[in-house]
Amino acid sequence: MSQKDARRLTFLLLLSPFLLWILLLVVIPHIDMFMLSVREKIEPRVYETGLGNYIEVFSEPVYVHTLFRTAVMSVAATALTLLLAFPVSYYIAKLARGRLKSALFLMCLLPFWVSELVRVFGWMILLRETGVISSFLQWAGLVSGPVEFLYNDAAVMVGLVYTSMLFMVVPLVSTLDSLDESLVEAGYDLGGGGFAVLREIVIPHAMPGIVAGCIIVFMLSLGNYLTPILLGGKSSLWFTGHIYSQFITRFNWEFGAAFGFILLATSSLLVWLALRLSGQTLASTIAKS
Amino acid sequence: MGKKFGVLLGTLIVGLVLTSGVASAKTLRLITWGGYAPDAVIKLFKEETGIDVEVTVSNNEDIISKLRATGGAGFDLAQPSQDRITGPQFEFGIYKAIDYSQIDSSLFIAPLFDAAKKNTMLDGKSYGVAHIWGTYGMIADKSMAADIQDFTDLCNPKYAGKVSMRLKRPVLIGMAYAMGMDPFAAYGDKAKYQEIIEKSGAKLAECKSNVKAYWSGSDDLLNLIRSGEVVASGAWDSTGFKLNSENPNMNFVVPKSGALGWIDTFALPAKTKAEAEAYKWINFVMQPKIAAMITDASGSFGASKGSKELVSESLSKAFSAAFTEKDIANINWFPTIPPGLEDMEGKILDRIAAQ
Repeated sequence: MSQKDARRLTFLLLLSPFLLWILLLVVIPHIDMFMLSVREKIEPRVYETGLGNYIEVFSEPVYVHTLFRTAVMSVAATALTLLLAFPVSYYIAKLARGRLKSALFLMCLLPFWVSELVRVFGWMILLRETGVISSFLQWAGLVSGPVEFLYNDAAVMVGLVYTSMLFMVVPLVSTLDSLDESLVEAGYDLGGGGFAVLREIVIPHAMPGIVAGCIIVFMLSLGNYLTPILLGGKSSLWFTGHIYSQFITRFNWEFGAAFGFILLATSSLLVWLALRLSGQTLASTIAKS
Repeated sequence: MGKKFGVLLGTLIVGLVLTSGVASAKTLRLITWGGYAPDAVIKLFKEETGIDVEVTVSNNEDIISKLRATGGAGFDLAQPSQDRITGPQFEFGIYKAIDYSQIDSSLFIAPLFDAAKKNTMLDGKSYGVAHIWGTYGMIADKSMAADIQDFTDLCNPKYAGKVSMRLKRPVLIGMAYAMGMDPFAAYGDKAKYQEIIEKSGAKLAECKSNVKAYWSGSDDLLNLIRSGEVVASGAWDSTGFKLNSENPNMNFVVPKSGALGWIDTFALPAKTKAEAEAYKWINFVMQPKIAAMITDASGSFGASKGSKELVSESLSKAFSAAFTEKDIANINWFPTIPPGLEDMEGKILDRIAAQ
């Protein structure tokens, strides 16, 4: 065996777990799902191929409304997460030193040592009408009766931001870490104010991290199931909730598969749009951060 | 070295084959509801027969979805409600017919046994053996909501923000009965049924402003009621009995239009690997003493003859406080769901949720 062949073999062997993973867990299930989604259920045991399931989703205002709502709230959650995570990341990357830096980073990581379900239940204990915050406000005499913080969109937003904070902080810290401080200094020397330096130097440098973080957070929020279902109120529908109920409660896999593909298309489209608008490519975001 | 390794490997393989062989022959994989297979009962069963029982806690929809995904494999015995057997069986073929000669029918309350047999019949074969029955109705805290008598009372503006429900099919049906309609009689007539659930759905939508939150699991509901955030709710009777044992003011309330009754059954998944063990388990848990243990754990009464007298005092007191003889005769039992109805109900429920 020549050296070239050996190298190729090594390459293939190293690549095979990844290929198998993609093929078996991503490509094949998606093909299967797609086949399912174009199978129309005429009556029990009678099926026809067609786009009927998709047409039905779009002809029912309830589902379109939920999709729109889910997308808008996910974008809002992403923006809010970025707003909160940016100063935190900047502090961790540029201002904190030594042990403080690792301690702060660890504190961002800490909530992720327990499962998402436990974190959400934690918020429920805090926010419910007979919960910690409401009781505290009554004790402090700030309100006269119990206040309900749970079961509304704000609670969902809090839960989503809390759940995805870490995924924004990590890429931001790693890009901000590589920012040369002399550039910031030069910016000030040339007469720029704090805001100008931020806009002209820090943000452009951190752009790949911002985009990477936003993509991750957006995808996580859009595909989240637990947080919106548990913290949301009686009208807080989330698109994944529809997918769950079609698959599990109604056994209508055909319809559920169509829901799944619509969600996939929506998130792909929005990510593509965001990349276009920010002038980034997927490759540059991944490579730099 | 090579030889030694080979011997070692050989022993390992033989050992694995032997143990796994023994394990699969002596394990019953049961998919059931919480409380239907208490640890104490599993221990007694193991002592008597040497069979291990592996329990997966589930619900109707989940049982059907899991069995559908595997074509009826993965479990040896399942416990769906009787009305949810023939539909999925017709569509997906996930069950195996029951061999009634393997079951000691003298252990059962005859009308329940026969009803389950009749209601799970498809093409001349029956698929379900009655196990536990219960009802859907309401829970109310008497000290704060004494005048709750039917599902429509949950919409009383007096209780705005203080009631809860579970937004699933029983609520549509219960509300329809409370409004004076008879949805079960319309099961065979899709157009009429659509009309009925649309009316009941409209009432539920109007009532939504009264609802604090829709509950999804009984733990949710227990939290809402125990904390006093909710004073009345649509609920399963077992949850009501449980609350009654903690606080005598709270109990299950039988709606005036009748509670909605279900019977959970034993059904064999199509690819069961431990049929003999499954029949052993059925005959074991239907003994009055064992059935009473299960009733105590789940809060629901069973189809086992003579077990009712053996359950704990607090539970039988809660039961007799909630149900009179007339209430029991007045129960609207869920008939077998014809395929297709659930899709119709689903759309209406989605609309209420989205409002």
